[in-house]
Amino acid sequence: MNGLPRASDLGLIGCHVCGMVCRDVEADHAACPRCGSSLHKRKEASYSRTWALLIAAFIFYIPANVLPIMRTVSVGDVDDNTILSGIIELWVKGSPDLAVIVFTASIVVPVLKFFALSLLLVSAQRGSLWAQRQRSKLYRLVEFIGYWSMLDVFVVALLTALVQFGFFSQVEPLPGVVYFGLTVIITMLASMTFDPRLIWDGRDFDD
Amino acid sequence: MPAQGIKPGIAPPTLWICEHCDTVYRRRELVCGEVARCTRCDAILARHHSLSVNAILALVVTAMIAFIQANIWPIVTLGLNGTLISTTLWGCIVMMWDESAQVVAVLAAATLFFFPIIKMLLLGWVSLYARSGRRAPGFRWAMVTLYRIGPWTMTEVFVLGALVAIVKAHMYFDVIPNPGIFGYGVLMLIITAFSSIDVRRLWDTTEETPA
Repeated sequence: MNGLPRASDLGLIGCHVCGMVCRDVEADHAACPRCGSSLHKRKEASYSRTWALLIAAFIFYIPANVLPIMRTVSVGDVDDNTILSGIIELWVKGSPDLAVIVFTASIVVPVLKFFALSLLLVSAQRGSLWAQRQRSKLYRLVEFIGYWSMLDVFVVALLTALVQFGFFSQVEPLPGVVYFGLTVIITMLASMTFDPRLIWDGRDFDD
Repeated sequence: MPAQGIKPGIAPPTLWICEHCDTVYRRRELVCGEVARCTRCDAILARHHSLSVNAILALVVTAMIAFIQANIWPIVTLGLNGTLISTTLWGCIVMMWDESAQVVAVLAAATLFFFPIIKMLLLGWVSLYARSGRRAPGFRWAMVTLYRIGPWTMTEVFVLGALVAIVKAHMYFDVIPNPGIFGYGVLMLIITAFSSIDVRRLWDTTEETPA
């Protein structure tokens, strides 16, 4: 690759919390002298933790999509909506542009996260040199878009609080929304646990 | 400011280490509007500090005012057959708790109320002292906490969610926007202004006060 020096080769560690540049003392529990946070050359057990969180998130993602997230009762008429049927309703009756936004936040972003993180994990674990720069950018994209998936959860919360007209119209949250919220949180944790420096490590740090 | 307060060995770093690929660079001064990027992975290493500490403090105070307004006033009111129902953020949280979606209630309370308010208070506290180059009592703890809760504030997402909820509700009900939604609108603008600020620079621009 190019000749730029890397901190791990120079025996340095950059503190993530405060940006301090520290000498790597090779101790198990080294702490940053400035902010007191623990220092690691690479995030601890990044591969196994990220895989575990990603798989957990995927398990929660199935009920999040299959189970309805919201029930609308109006004049005795019960209507259960899943994430997808809610988007279709918005597309047909309301505004197609917002339907596209919700579709992106609730379906595209989580699916993209599963694929992107799996790709990053597999390629980094294989020590692949393929498209490292693009993979770094992909990681930053995943980090940046992650929390927008909470959109649907907040929509359900607002509608539940607002639509309380008793017999005429009433909205209740259903278990799907809980699973969906958990999926979003766990995928966010997964992307935080992945260490993007592993993309550039080749086979040196295989753990 | 006298320099004797700095402990030996904890001088401000002269290097940048790219967080995303571990490449080491020598630090340099950036001109206005300049962004230093990693040549290996293209991540942002540092930005020019376009906002002074005073400006940050002013923004935090503005955000606090907008946040209070956004939380005490109802966000929207729905009308059906003459019955009006309005809600605030806490109305949503309490309702989700009562409707057996406690997980969602806790998530919403944390990401939309507690983390944002902690973030504003801590940032206000440290920048109040940083105006004169000092470190506030509890500076270390405050800065570490700010870093940890950073990704977990979701006010922007809630504002978009409110928009979607309004459009959905508009299919069946009369919708009247309330002051809360405008409070959130202002808050969203301030959050955008904040997005380019790396508060970690306060570690370099403040000095430890001698004990």
